[in-house]
Amino acid sequence: MNDSLKDLYRDVIVDHNRAPRNFRKIPDADRCVEGFNPLCGDKLTVYLKLDGETLSDVSFEGSGCAISVASASLMTERLKGKTRAEAEQLFDTMHDLLTRADAPADAEDLGKLAALSGVREFPSRVKCASLCWHTLKGALQGDGAKPISTE
Amino acid sequence: MSTAHPLQETSGFDPLRWRRDFPILSEKVHGKPLVYLDNAATSQKPRAVIDAVSRYYEHHNANVHRGVHRLSELATADYEGAREKVRAFINARSTKEVVYTRGTTEAINLVAQSFVRPMLKSGDEILLTQMEHHSNIVPWQLVAGLTGAVLKVVPITDTGELEPGAFERLLSPRTRIAVFGHVSNALGTINPVKEMTAQAHARGVLVLVDGAQAVPHMAVDVRDLDCDFYAFSGHKMFAPTGIGILYGKQALLEAMPPWQGGGEMIRIVRFDETTYNDLPHKFEAGTPDIGGAVGLGAAVDYLNQVGLAAIEAYEHGLLAYATDRIGSVKGVRLVGTARHKAGVVSFVMQGVHPHDLGTIVDQEGVAIRTGHHCAMPVMERFDLPATARASLAFYNTREDIDALVAALDKARGVLA
Repeated sequence: MNDSLKDLYRDVIVDHNRAPRNFRKIPDADRCVEGFNPLCGDKLTVYLKLDGETLSDVSFEGSGCAISVASASLMTERLKGKTRAEAEQLFDTMHDLLTRADAPADAEDLGKLAALSGVREFPSRVKCASLCWHTLKGALQGDGAKPISTE
Repeated sequence: MSTAHPLQETSGFDPLRWRRDFPILSEKVHGKPLVYLDNAATSQKPRAVIDAVSRYYEHHNANVHRGVHRLSELATADYEGAREKVRAFINARSTKEVVYTRGTTEAINLVAQSFVRPMLKSGDEILLTQMEHHSNIVPWQLVAGLTGAVLKVVPITDTGELEPGAFERLLSPRTRIAVFGHVSNALGTINPVKEMTAQAHARGVLVLVDGAQAVPHMAVDVRDLDCDFYAFSGHKMFAPTGIGILYGKQALLEAMPPWQGGGEMIRIVRFDETTYNDLPHKFEAGTPDIGGAVGLGAAVDYLNQVGLAAIEAYEHGLLAYATDRIGSVKGVRLVGTARHKAGVVSFVMQGVHPHDLGTIVDQEGVAIRTGHHCAMPVMERFDLPATARASLAFYNTREDIDALVAALDKARGVLA
């Protein structure tokens, strides 16, 4: 495997694709939003359980490529117990990480999420990694009714 | 493996001889020799086509059917000469039946808007199939939406063939036109278009065939098929992008109103009345893609030189080899296993999403398509979000297939 491919499919990505965390429905979710990438058919649903301003539970379901599944899995793992403001902040950080070549990929607060920076070398795959984050933003801001599309 | 498919050896067809005519096939991708297996999306261009287009712009460029000056005469001769080459290529009766378009999509939209829309009434039916490309679905939905007509869909079987008898059964007294692909871009299925056309005609229903995936792979004779319209693109048959053809029977085209207005398509323009030009110019408003037409003519010459019968025989053997090899990769399931196929192997791999496959094999220099192939109803039929697709041309070799198979094994190692 060459270097950029190794960078894209890091162990943590492969692991979260094989065994996605929080891959389940939240039956009494406060927010439930669908995200769709028409280009490749990736489709996922993000569920949020809110306790005041805190995301007391976060989960997802759906099908997609390794990058989109791993990104969603890592996202849910990270967000549980965080506040809405922290989640919004993380969306901005991830948006920069995935789209800006000069965004630092080694910032301490990124943790495992830094593994997603490999997509920057693969412009056609950026949308795979960002789908769940856009869906999250829709869930945080909207009333949970409108599907989110990356196109 | 080499004894299992004797056709390639016995046909005497040497892909390497033709491969040298395609400059891009010597390119490297990610440091590896390019293995181009995305021909159903667009084909590569031979030197003869590239040179013909360059020569046109270097020596003959002018507008057509306009000036009396020398260059305009040369450009017009190039443009109309290419039309005659296309006429002979598909065996149309007259160049009046050969309309230049931007491609298959525009040709289908032209028929939908100019021919079908004016005759549609609420409750009328347009018959198509479940394996159509979006470009042979959406133009019909547009005119149906404007008129209250409805789409009737011929279902496909688990192997990717039209359900036996369903086409004939769905032809009704309300059917205004039947439209179907000659070869499916997502599954490779070759449809029995001659028989289907005869069945439709027996009920007084006219037929449009989407030939985009057929013309690069087999000889097409529109008079033998007897279809009323036949649409195809230049860029899938080794010509440039931006040029395509609508073949239509002369009497039908003559009765149709123009689709777009502008220069070239008129005879006399007055503010109270305009009279239109003769066929085929009536449907060619504005300055056309002259360079593209020249390239299309050169591609026809080139295909005649290679020989479509030889291409069909060679690709048949290569497809059998590819089906065998790709189908034998661990975890791979083929999608689309019709008895009669051309040029396409669609597949999925257990535990590896097609999108990841596409990225990983690309790193090995192998170009395949992944996704829904602009045929979402086909994906829905097989309950898949996407497939990977290797699609062939006559310049592909068994070594290309072997490179893909090695890359697929690598992908499985990374992710499965």
